[in-house]
Amino acid sequence: MTDAAELLDLTRKLLAAHPPATTDRADFLKARFDAGLAWVHFPEGLGGLGAPRSLQAVVDAELTAAGAPDNDPRRIGIGLGMAAPTILKYGSQEVKERFLRPLWTGEEVWCQLFSEPGAGSDLAALGTRAVRDEDSGEWIVDGQKVWTSSAHVARWAILIARTDPDLPKHRGITYFVCDMTDPGVEVRPLRQITGEAEFNEVFLTGVRIPDAHRLGEVGEGWKVAQTTLNNERVAIGGMRLPREGGMIGPIARTWRERPDLRTHDLHQRLLTLWVEAEVSRLAGERLRQQLVVGQPGPEGSAMKLAFARLNQEISGLEVELRAEEGLLYDDWTMRRPELVDFTGRDAGYRYLRSKGNSIEGGTTEVLLNIVAERVLGLPAEPRNDKDVAWKDLAR
Amino acid sequence: MTDLLYSETEDDLRAAVRSLVAARGDTAALAARAEAGSPYDPRLWNSLAAEMGAAGLLVPEKLGGQGASHREAAVVLEELGRGVVAAPYLTSSVVATQALLSLDTETEAVAELLAELAEGRRTAVVAVPLSAAPDGPLPDGAGRITGVADAATADVLLVLRADGLYAVEAAQAVVEPLTPFDLTRPLAAVTAGEGGTRLADGAAGAAAVRRGLLAGAGLLASEQLGLAEWCLEETVRHTGERHQFNRPVGSFQALKHRMAQLWLEVVSARAAARAAADALATVSPEAALSVAVAQAYCSRVAVHAAEECVQLHGGIGMTWEHPAHLYLKRAKADEIALGTPGRHKEALATLVDLPAP
Ligand SMILES: Cc1cc2nc3c(=O)[nH]c(=O)nc-3n(C[C@H](O)[C@H](O)[C@H](O)COP(=O)(O)OP(=O)(O)OC[C@H]3O[C@@H](n4cnc5c(N)ncnc54)[C@H](O)[C@@H]3O)c2cc1C
Repeated sequence: MTDAAELLDLTRKLLAAHPPATTDRADFLKARFDAGLAWVHFPEGLGGLGAPRSLQAVVDAELTAAGAPDNDPRRIGIGLGMAAPTILKYGSQEVKERFLRPLWTGEEVWCQLFSEPGAGSDLAALGTRAVRDEDSGEWIVDGQKVWTSSAHVARWAILIARTDPDLPKHRGITYFVCDMTDPGVEVRPLRQITGEAEFNEVFLTGVRIPDAHRLGEVGEGWKVAQTTLNNERVAIGGMRLPREGGMIGPIARTWRERPDLRTHDLHQRLLTLWVEAEVSRLAGERLRQQLVVGQPGPEGSAMKLAFARLNQEISGLEVELRAEEGLLYDDWTMRRPELVDFTGRDAGYRYLRSKGNSIEGGTTEVLLNIVAERVLGLPAEPRNDKDVAWKDLAR
Repeated sequence: MTDLLYSETEDDLRAAVRSLVAARGDTAALAARAEAGSPYDPRLWNSLAAEMGAAGLLVPEKLGGQGASHREAAVVLEELGRGVVAAPYLTSSVVATQALLSLDTETEAVAELLAELAEGRRTAVVAVPLSAAPDGPLPDGAGRITGVADAATADVLLVLRADGLYAVEAAQAVVEPLTPFDLTRPLAAVTAGEGGTRLADGAAGAAAVRRGLLAGAGLLASEQLGLAEWCLEETVRHTGERHQFNRPVGSFQALKHRMAQLWLEVVSARAAARAAADALATVSPEAALSVAVAQAYCSRVAVHAAEECVQLHGGIGMTWEHPAHLYLKRAKADEIALGTPGRHKEALATLVDLPAP
């Protein structure tokens, strides 16, 4: 087993061999991955050392202190948060070796081809088809995906498609890694409420995927997707923040700097939200502490729920607080940003973008269902789609 | 870094208190005792405070206690909240004990009283209204003080007068029981008169009382957490079993979402309560902030959980026979105890520099 002292030693050796001040950013990140210091709990050779997850903090602290570059985790969130844990669990050795390194260094951005126009919350109803070509053994994919964040900058995608329409909807699904540079992949920007186009429509026409890029067994894609979705919620809700690190930060600063905007009513509401933001930060911290000692609780969904509501309420309050300025918007230009910067723009932008927080990654309603049934054990609602072949479902 | 988890020792302590409460904490008997004006079960208190040593958790071993901390005491309070147990734990083992610990413990009178409280042989209460906030006004002990929790059964009253903090034997004072909203935490009006043993001067005494109230407010959050947790669990159990419209009522999404929302609040309350307990245990400079956050949040969660519990139980929830009312009354009284959420938010506004207009 690798202990803290050993990791610290390895980290210092990495820094000595590749001084951050004089090393190219990409070279440093590659060397860090190869030293097993990317995610220490991953296996050796795949960016890790099989060490306890809790020891990552030791490495990170030392690297931060030395001014080492990071891999811009926000830009590659889908790869880090969702693709990586799924590949680790279901990929072949070759797949792991091919994908994990450029995923972690940020050389290759990932996107998630899950949602479809007819399959959002009811994701298992998806209709994108994957048919096996008997001659080549490849899969041929046809269908349409929608709301695909970062598809315009992504090199790879995680994709779920239907491989057997005669089975009930949860069963005939298979999970793939899709090459976004394939000629059959067409990405069209989809402008959103903020004016920019952060997500896209993706049309898949005769896209050929080698069988080696299948994750998990044929027809077991729903099970594989659960790994992705569970990690998605933890990734969204489980970020580590300092006090006033989230949306509450900008409004607290505005409050301090602008006595002219203060009213008693706004003060009361601000304090209530400040308390909730702080409690939510502590709950996120508690979730992280549980993960570190290996007792991951269902709190991941809780954090995502709390984060969505708070972002919306706080940003809404800030638009109101800014009064006349709240009537203005910084810029409606249609852009295709590489990453979403929740806090970088004006209150009006934050207000509009945060509306997506209760929709993306599972809506608040769907997450509450999950908590009620899987965490609290409440009875499921009656269902009429369980034993019906997908092709016979109402659409 | 703030440790928000439970240690193994804390888990063991929890299990012990929970089984004691399960064995002795019959809520029907509690309601009957409460109506008769004396909700305490002396045998439960003896097992908890003396035999298990829970009364002395905050007190160092050399002063006759267990040498544990606020983290463990918080776990005890969680379990007492879960069972709406009527016992002077918060008032004697936390507030009064913390006040005494904040004085010069070399003083014989202080040391002696602390040891007695730690062993659970006697109980003491600080003679302030239950509603007193840690940074709020304190009553002048020369007059009649109303709304003092657990005064009717306490052996000793800690009375703050202009010239000092005094320990007054309860038998020496006039203690008039009042009818409390929360049947499980009796209130009384106290007139302490002149006498008693002087433990500290006025300034040190007031500071000690405030420290006591701060610890009490911080750990009250854990009582509120335990209470909310019981309300949620019981509501989930009931709605999973109760059938209407040929389905368990808990299968209706309108109810499921309300319970899931409560769960989210309870999870958050746990983090807030743990942060406060840890900050008090480590004498963190952030203790006042953590306590204010925990109180501003957990009070509301407990009330919300108890209100939902009554509502989602339907008619049964409105009956005297079902324990839900004991929880609602405790939760609503706890909201006012040791400072309302609004008062704690005012304190916070100063602490985090978000001034009022
Ligand atoms: C900003 C943003 C980024 C996104 N990025 C991606 C991405 O990168 N990749 C990807 O695959 N997808 C992405 N999505 C899609 C997202 O996952 C879906 O929008 C989401 O799952 C909801 O599906 P839907 O939009 O079809 O809504 P619907 O499922 O049609 O829901 C409509 C309404 O009905 C409610 N509802 C649905 N079912 C139930 C139920 N059983 N009980 C109660 N209420 C219910 C919903 O909560 C919602 O309020 C993104 C979405 C947004 C907003």
